Amino acid sequence: MPDTLTPVLTDNWGDDRAWTLASYAARGGYSALDKAFAMDPDAIIAAVKDSGLRGRGGAGFPTGMKWGFIPQDNPKPKYLVVNADESEPGTCKDIPLMMASPHTLVEGVIISSYAIRANKAFIYIRGEVLHVIRRVQNAVREAYDAGHLGKNIHGSGYDLDVVVHAGAGAYICGEETALLEGLEGRRGQPRLRPPFPAVAGLYASPTVINNVESIASVPSIIGNGASWFSSMGTEKSKGYGIFSLSGHVKKPGQYEAPLGITLRTLIDLAGGMREGHELKFWTPGGSSTPILTAEHLDVPLDFEGVGAAGSMLGTRALQIFDDTTCVVRAVLRWTEFYKHESCGKCTPCREGTWWLVQTLAALEKGQGSEADLDLLLDQCDNILGRSFCALADGAVSPISSSIQYFRDEYVAHLTHGGCPFDHTASTLFAAEGANA
Amino acid sequence: MTVTTGSTDGVEKVDLVTVTIDGIQVSVPKDTLVIRAAEQVGVQIPRFCDHPLLAPVGACRQCLVDVPDAGNGRGFPKPQASCTLPVAEGMVVHTQATSPVADKAQQGIMEFLLINHPLDCPVCDKGGECPLQNQAMSNGRGETRFEGVKRTFPKPINISPQVLLDRERCIVCQRCTRFASEIAGDPFIELVERGAQQQIGIAENAPFLSYFSGNVIQICPVGALTSAEYRFRSRPFDLVSSPSIAEHDSCGSAIRVDHRRGKVMRRLSGNDPEVNEEWITDKDRFAFHYANQPDRLTYPQVRDEDGSLRPASWPEAFAVAARGLRAAGSSAVLTGGRLTAEDAYAYSKFARVALGTNDIDFRSRPLSAEEASFLASEVVLRTPSQGAVSFSDLESAKTVVLVGLEPEDEAGAIFLRLRKAVTAGTTRVVSIAPYATRGLTKLAGELVRTAPGEEAAAIAALDVDADTVLLVGERLATSPGALSAAAESGARLAWVPRRAGDRGAVETGCLPNLLPGGRPVSDAAARVDAATTWGVDSLPDSAGRDADQIVAALVAGELGGLVIGGVDPDDTSDPAATRAAIEAASFVVALELRETDVTRAADVVFPVAPVTDKAGMFVTWEGRPRTFDAVFSNPNSLPDLRILAGIAEELDLSLGFRTVAEARAQMEEMGPWDGARAAHSPVPTSSTTGDGLAVSTWKLLVDNGSMQDGDKAYLATGRAPVARLSRSAYDAVGPTVTLTGDRGSVTLPAEPADLADGVVWVPANSFGRGVLADLASPGSRVTVKGANQ
Amino acid sequence: MAIDDKTKSELREIAARYPEARSGLLPMLHLVQSVEGRVTSEGIELCAEILGITAAEVSGVATFYTMYKRRPVGDYHVGVCTNTLCAVMGGDAIFERLKGHLDVGNDETTEDGKITLEHVECNAACDYAPVVMVNWEFMDNQTPESATQLVDDLRAGKEVQSTRGPKICTWREAERVLAGFPDGRADDGPAAGPASLVGLEIAREQGWTAPEANNA
Ligand SMILES: Cc1cc2nc3c(=O)[nH]c(=O)nc-3n(C[C@H](O)[C@H](O)[C@H](O)COP(=O)(O)O)c2cc1C
Ligand code: SF4
Ligand code: SF4
Ligand code: FES
Ligand code: FES
Repeated sequence: MPDTLTPVLTDNWGDDRAWTLASYAARGGYSALDKAFAMDPDAIIAAVKDSGLRGRGGAGFPTGMKWGFIPQDNPKPKYLVVNADESEPGTCKDIPLMMASPHTLVEGVIISSYAIRANKAFIYIRGEVLHVIRRVQNAVREAYDAGHLGKNIHGSGYDLDVVVHAGAGAYICGEETALLEGLEGRRGQPRLRPPFPAVAGLYASPTVINNVESIASVPSIIGNGASWFSSMGTEKSKGYGIFSLSGHVKKPGQYEAPLGITLRTLIDLAGGMREGHELKFWTPGGSSTPILTAEHLDVPLDFEGVGAAGSMLGTRALQIFDDTTCVVRAVLRWTEFYKHESCGKCTPCREGTWWLVQTLAALEKGQGSEADLDLLLDQCDNILGRSFCALADGAVSPISSSIQYFRDEYVAHLTHGGCPFDHTASTLFAAEGANA
Repeated sequence: MTVTTGSTDGVEKVDLVTVTIDGIQVSVPKDTLVIRAAEQVGVQIPRFCDHPLLAPVGACRQCLVDVPDAGNGRGFPKPQASCTLPVAEGMVVHTQATSPVADKAQQGIMEFLLINHPLDCPVCDKGGECPLQNQAMSNGRGETRFEGVKRTFPKPINISPQVLLDRERCIVCQRCTRFASEIAGDPFIELVERGAQQQIGIAENAPFLSYFSGNVIQICPVGALTSAEYRFRSRPFDLVSSPSIAEHDSCGSAIRVDHRRGKVMRRLSGNDPEVNEEWITDKDRFAFHYANQPDRLTYPQVRDEDGSLRPASWPEAFAVAARGLRAAGSSAVLTGGRLTAEDAYAYSKFARVALGTNDIDFRSRPLSAEEASFLASEVVLRTPSQGAVSFSDLESAKTVVLVGLEPEDEAGAIFLRLRKAVTAGTTRVVSIAPYATRGLTKLAGELVRTAPGEEAAAIAALDVDADTVLLVGERLATSPGALSAAAESGARLAWVPRRAGDRGAVETGCLPNLLPGGRPVSDAAARVDAATTWGVDSLPDSAGRDADQIVAALVAGELGGLVIGGVDPDDTSDPAATRAAIEAASFVVALELRETDVTRAADVVFPVAPVTDKAGMFVTWEGRPRTFDAVFSNPNSLPDLRILAGIAEELDLSLGFRTVAEARAQMEEMGPWDGARAAHSPVPTSSTTGDGLAVSTWKLLVDNGSMQDGDKAYLATGRAPVARLSRSAYDAVGPTVTLTGDRGSVTLPAEPADLADGVVWVPANSFGRGVLADLASPGSRVTVKGANQ
Repeated sequence: MAIDDKTKSELREIAARYPEARSGLLPMLHLVQSVEGRVTSEGIELCAEILGITAAEVSGVATFYTMYKRRPVGDYHVGVCTNTLCAVMGGDAIFERLKGHLDVGNDETTEDGKITLEHVECNAACDYAPVVMVNWEFMDNQTPESATQLVDDLRAGKEVQSTRGPKICTWREAERVLAGFPDGRADDGPAAGPASLVGLEIAREQGWTAPEANNA
């Protein structure tokens, strides 16, 4: 089980003006590109397959395999779309990556586009991160100026154009087909599948959609070799990944480590929990992944390990809550988020989240009865797997998992006639335990 | 496995897939959706967003089923939406009938749908015919567990003058928006907002003005969309429904007439896959109040000694009419376009047998001798069963060329069928027209820009093959040589008149050169054949006068009597002349539904039955007979044919029928002419030149036509009249123009369009008494002036 | 207010960036906001005209995304993250304090037209919780006190620097950048904030690295 950190993507974040081409190039940036151009595109796909890289956007689909689905005999143009919508609550890795080292992403975009024979790539960045958008716009411009983008890149005969596209506020646009709708200037509502984007994606053309971190990992795989990458991580979850710790730990932040590291190790590295408090519950991969508790501290944080523990690795968004936190309040707030972000297309999500919020809000106020917990679980059962896309599955995760682990706390709200917690105690600026 | 299914144009191979649904094996064509395969085994899976003519969306999730085996031995872990899931060989499906999982999933969705539903069924127009209400009964749980706050919206909003939206009832299934964008091509309604606030909306100041807007009311699975006209007027369970055929164009669309106590309450689209599928135009849906206007004629009238019209009994009126016609000497017959084929047949026979003349013409509009010849040689007797162009041929044709025809205005079902074909990527549309209309844009059509008169040359220049269909509109009659060019083009040809009765009138011989069944007047054998069936010695052997000639002859005193039915003088080539002819005629018998300038001038006036009061048949532009029964039985409301029979009897003749059934039997007995058909006498093109602008015009779908009277909301959806000019002409004159022609002046707002210089387009019947009465004679030119010139 | 020709040509320029013009709609609406201060019906009709779609279709899009505003936005859009993690860490308290301090409700603008207050969802900065966004620039690790100071400074016209970015520009200027017209501030601010670097610093201290490349 890995217990050390392995900075790769984060390695240059502390460099002076790390975001500039000069800084990136000074540490060997864009050299993987030449290596890639010396390879056959299919060999790059094979290398990414061999590396074992699995999508870093949450679902963990093997990246090389996804690229291999692109029908190369399809006469339509191929597209690469980078999913930089990062909006899953708790997830905060792509944004600092693009702010600190946008060229890592741009180099990854070029290699990946070359591999799938795309001559046009799009980076769809959520709109609410202005400075990140500036940095990526700037990196793309620098890359054009340096001949890394445009026509006949590095004399390879390969052409690529990249468009940086700002979203406008919709969590659902992180879902890949909704993202394509947004990128086509439409309402961000998920599309029917099949056809899958690999066959008919952007403009009904073959399209690869990958997460920022997935694409940013590609230069290191090509530069250092597939086996280098697969030497890290666990049997089926290869490589490194950025683990984002937030909440009640002493040093929240980004920790890049091989997959399979445990939360126990990470919390240790983060200086432990807030002074005087204990871990109560946490999300392994954002709010859409069922919560876990202190009993899961030693679960290997890889796709299989977290899955076996009844949750999902997701985006490695480790939101950590200590014993001052009311789980009912936390779950209600997440549920309000899903209600707010439901795209409205399908009934169970649109109407279900409307109802869930009302049921939870009443419970939080201590209204209702214990039977409402079973009603809640039944509502969740009628939503999970019945809706059009995975957003609604995510919406019910916090509810059913919290009732599983903290049923008593829900009941305590009823017996107490309201929330038994002091909410100020859990704030960063609570008298004691403030870090910094 | 393959089987063959018969289809009109041959034999198609269809791959079949065998699936097991609720334990019953069924073989269905590949790509069939599970929801429809289930219907084959008699299982109705509940649904809302699904509609067979719209692309699947899988939005409502009501149709969830359990699929333990997807055909590959593995099942789906979660229930699947059966409306988006195509069958696969060996697939096993458990619907709500056999699967507790599917049943619970469906009940769960239904419960979600109802939590925010106002449950105001007792006051909802849809109550009693509501898929939500019905399926909540059949597939929902008895009582709700929701005790929270419902979503509310301010009460209904007008999304057009005709269509109202009650957002609280809407389940955002997207049927309406999908119809608007996929079928009609009018995406003026859209989903707006998101999540629980998602709703149907329009843009500010941009109402849902689609010619097909009423269809969304019909396909809305709840009572969210209602029509201003019908709202709260009746409940479905108070209504009696009768199938019928729409009378507003030559498409013969199947409709359903819902009525209560002898009154039509509303009309809906029928479902006829061969013709209009499940859609109708707003005119077919909303324009039915014309039959119940205060000026509706209800009893016969005869002109008194003092010169006024007075009520008369039917026998008296028959006798007076017969006497008058006998005294008038030579008489002629003019009919309009609203006649059923049986009524048209009666006029045709009456002219020949009772009046002894071929002076009969149904073309109460600009016409030509070339057209009469074209109808006799290229149109009459052609039917889809004998290979004539049909609606479905429009879908399979590689290219469809439109000439003198604007389907969105003049033949809505053709427009929708073409759009379907174009969207499917099978068909390309080319239009020989003065400018690219919105309709043509929606058909992604290619414009061959022509000025009036240039159509013949444009047709001749077409690159056509056997896969090309040429649809020619009745307006081509005014473009010399155009119909001749069409006849010679080598394309598959169809003539598309505007009115429901026109094609039937051709078939029954309401033309100076044709007898019923396509028998040429000029053919002695054909005349003998007709005379024999009719039991008369002979029929007049000289070609008759056409409508324009009849008018001229009446004015000149060469003709004395006139039998006229369903003609609006303002539609005719020369409205003033037609009025003068009626004045000049020594004796006029008018058969009309409502009081008009014609009835006011007539000597005997007979009220005729509206389509609701009689059985009959319209013949579509394809040549397809469309029969319908009477919606109401109203013994005082007589069809034209009964009146003509009554007059004939007073002339001591028998037409051999008194009822629609008898007339139809006689028509069938007479049958089609199996001899040689008249050859077309080609007419060369002749270009008109002159000062000013050539006028291009046609009637908009929604306009001042008298059969659209009576529904204000419907009329308010019409397009405002504008004059269209070329960009350069527009720039020269500005946004308001005055056009002056040989019949008058009109001032209209102007709009630039991609017209040729030297052409102006105006709607034919959207201002004053229309172009022919108020502006210019056919083929003449007008001058244009800006408001401040 | 009429949208001028320069903006019209910029809108066309956005549409031209894409293989299919309609893809430009989201950035185009950002540009509309940068000149109009919100999405106006004039802006909607103009986008529709340029893209050859209906105004209803543009409205459908404009009302779907939360960054598009129907009501005029102040010079500074202050978004307080109240998603669970930030809320628990103090976001709720910050939002409550600002509502009182500014005397506005959610999605309302102060009378002087300077500040529009809104609670926002997780802004991908949870390791800096509680987070406040000003014109979509990060203001990390806020407290009710720092946040009131922040809005006071903004209202007073004092220069405010993002904790991980440049000096705060106006909301309209920000919208212009989102439309794809850079403002030359990309090089302002640090590469990363402190929380982004915690893991890297530990690795450096411990001498931990990823394995050596084994280029085979
Ligand atoms: C509701 C929802 C939100 C999502 N948000 C994101 C996101 O913000 N970023 C992302 O990369 N993937 C997101 N995903 C996952 C994407 O759909 C997709 O799986 C991913 O971008 C694929 O890239 P990867 O294979 O590189 O992980 C989301 C999925 C869902 C259902
Ligand atoms: S589950 Fe349905 S309503 Fe929710 S985001 Fe997905 S498609 Fe939209
Ligand atoms: S108005 Fe009717 S058809 Fe349209 S989305 Fe709502 S329920 Fe469906
Ligand atoms: S009918 Fe299948 S999802 Fe609506
Ligand atoms: S919860 Fe506030 S930034 Fe993530």
